[in-house]
Amino acid sequence: MNSLTLNNYLLASGLLFTLGFAGVLLRRNIIIIFMCLELMLNAANLSLVAFSRFHLGADGLPNYNAQVLVFFIITVAAAEVAVGLAIIVALYRARQTTHVEDLQSLKF
Amino acid sequence: MDPSLPWLILLAPLVSAITILLFAHRSKALSVALSLGAVFISLIGTLLVFGKDPALTASQFSWITAGPSLHLVIGLKVDALSKVMLLVVTSIGALVHVYSTVYMADDAAKARFFGSLSLFMFSMLGIVLADNLAMMFIFWELVGVSSYLLIGHWFTKESAAKAANKAFITNRIGDFGFMSGILLVWANVGSVDLSEIASRISQLTENPYLLAAAGLCLFCGAVGKSAQLPLHVWLPDAMEGPTPVSALIHAATMVAAGVYMLARIFPILSPSPIALGVIAAIGALTALAAALMATQQDDIKRILAYSTLSQLGLMVAAIGVGSWAAAMFHLFTHAFFKALLFLGAGAVIHALHHEQNIWRMGGLRSSMPRTFATFAIGTLALTGFPLLSGFFSKDTILLAAYHQNKGVFAAGLLTSLLTAFYMTRLFVVAFLGTPRSESAGHAHDCAEAMTVPLMILAVLSVIAGYEFFSKSLFGEPFFEHIHSIHHASIVPTLAITVFAIGSVAGFLLYSGKSEEPVKNPFATLFAHRFYVDELYAALIAGTQDLLAAISAWVDQYLVDGLLVRGLSTATWGAGYLFRLLQFGNLQGYAFLFGAGVVALLYILIK
Repeated sequence: MNSLTLNNYLLASGLLFTLGFAGVLLRRNIIIIFMCLELMLNAANLSLVAFSRFHLGADGLPNYNAQVLVFFIITVAAAEVAVGLAIIVALYRARQTTHVEDLQSLKF
Repeated sequence: MDPSLPWLILLAPLVSAITILLFAHRSKALSVALSLGAVFISLIGTLLVFGKDPALTASQFSWITAGPSLHLVIGLKVDALSKVMLLVVTSIGALVHVYSTVYMADDAAKARFFGSLSLFMFSMLGIVLADNLAMMFIFWELVGVSSYLLIGHWFTKESAAKAANKAFITNRIGDFGFMSGILLVWANVGSVDLSEIASRISQLTENPYLLAAAGLCLFCGAVGKSAQLPLHVWLPDAMEGPTPVSALIHAATMVAAGVYMLARIFPILSPSPIALGVIAAIGALTALAAALMATQQDDIKRILAYSTLSQLGLMVAAIGVGSWAAAMFHLFTHAFFKALLFLGAGAVIHALHHEQNIWRMGGLRSSMPRTFATFAIGTLALTGFPLLSGFFSKDTILLAAYHQNKGVFAAGLLTSLLTAFYMTRLFVVAFLGTPRSESAGHAHDCAEAMTVPLMILAVLSVIAGYEFFSKSLFGEPFFEHIHSIHHASIVPTLAITVFAIGSVAGFLLYSGKSEEPVKNPFATLFAHRFYVDELYAALIAGTQDLLAAISAWVDQYLVDGLLVRGLSTATWGAGYLFRLLQFGNLQGYAFLFGAGVVALLYILIK
């Protein structure tokens, strides 16, 4: 157990974030992009929990501020998914596509 | 003397003018009666003034008082100089009024004509009587207005309307100088009162350039009003007005006001050799140039107009050689014979149904004997026939010039030669020979109201130069000035010689001719008045075109281009540039956003 340090967690978190960001940049399907966004949020959550666990206070307890922030992020992400998926459904109904390169009507 | 007498002389025509122009313009007979009555009241008043105390300043009214130094009064000055001028203005004015009753008999706007004539009499008498420069300037402008009204009397004729404008606008240039001169004098002497300026002139003589500037600025007013070079162009065109107007305003009185004003401000001019030199040069040049132009004109009134220019030039030159008395003397005699010539020309024009070209006249000697005889006297008086008035007064000027300035003397002699030449030409062509048009053949003398003024003026033209007559008017002190000019027997000899040469040459050249026998480039140049009008027209047109081009450029490029289109283009261009950033690729935005975050982190952590 002691063999796992903060760096291991941060490395995992960074890998997850990079994977998510690469997915956002490279994929064309809007649902996949959406899932990758969730991945990035959860990478951030992972690093926050790790910080909470490894930065103990003077009384030996973990720093709960970070964990509270994680709950906020989970809540906001849930709300975001609800709105985002609704938009994607509406978009699909209007355009019959979920491909970002087909959405060009506002393009100059 | 009753101090209200000068006021009566001045205000009678004003009352007539106001009554006619505001109330009585519907009744021609009433207007004529009012105007005639007013001018005769002024004439009788003037005659009463003579024989009284020679120098008198009538009661003054305070007009404007502002601050410690500005105090303007309205006051009348009756001295030897203004008395003579009063007589000239009122006597010729009265004769012209009588003459006009016939000349303008059929005119539809007779009432307006007589109203304007009264207004002119009031303005001109104001100039003559003014005891300070500010008041003189006001009346100076008023004669400009009445001259404008009378030149443009037949304003439905385009040339008359244009001539009226030309006279008014040209005079503005001179009047601007006049006003600057008054301000210069007032700023340095602290008064505009003529007698005070004369007594305090030493304050101005300390700086000779300032003195010359003040004198020459005032002279500008005379250049405009007396139509000297280079502002002479308006006077020949002013002949578009009715002939009585030409006789009164543009020959005898208003155009002589410039000379009168110079004689009035002579205390400012006499200490300044610079100012006198310029005045003499301009006068001599005008006299010569106008005489040259007169030799090739065909319109009887225009010939007389150029002759007036030339004689005014002589008077101005006389001022320039320091002899204001000679100038006033010539002004006095010239007023009579030039008014006579103009009224004679008017009689001819009237009899020939508005024919003004001398080549379409001829043979009027037998058909219009009275006009012929009086015109002959006028011509001889003007050309300097010995023992007529013009001979004496011109001789005085030539004498003064002979002692002071040989250049002016030579110009004066040459002018006399040319005067004799062109007046003989006019006389021979218009009156001798055979009629060259139908109307000339049927001509006959006009009504008594027109011929009687001619005869009175003819008598005056003969006697005005004699000392027994003029001394009683001018008074003894004036003739001391005249006599102070040393006599030189060469001057009258030369004057008579040039008169003889000019007249004989004119007679030989033009006798029995039915068209202009002189045809050479010089004659064309004179006939076109040295192309001065064309030059001015081109200059003004050129200046206007240039100004128009500049304003068009400013409007097109600065206002339209920079302000209007420039702003819109700048806004559009900025919009275009920023629009390029919105390339519309979702992943591209995300990449840029990520790259931005990375860059920020790098900057913050480094």
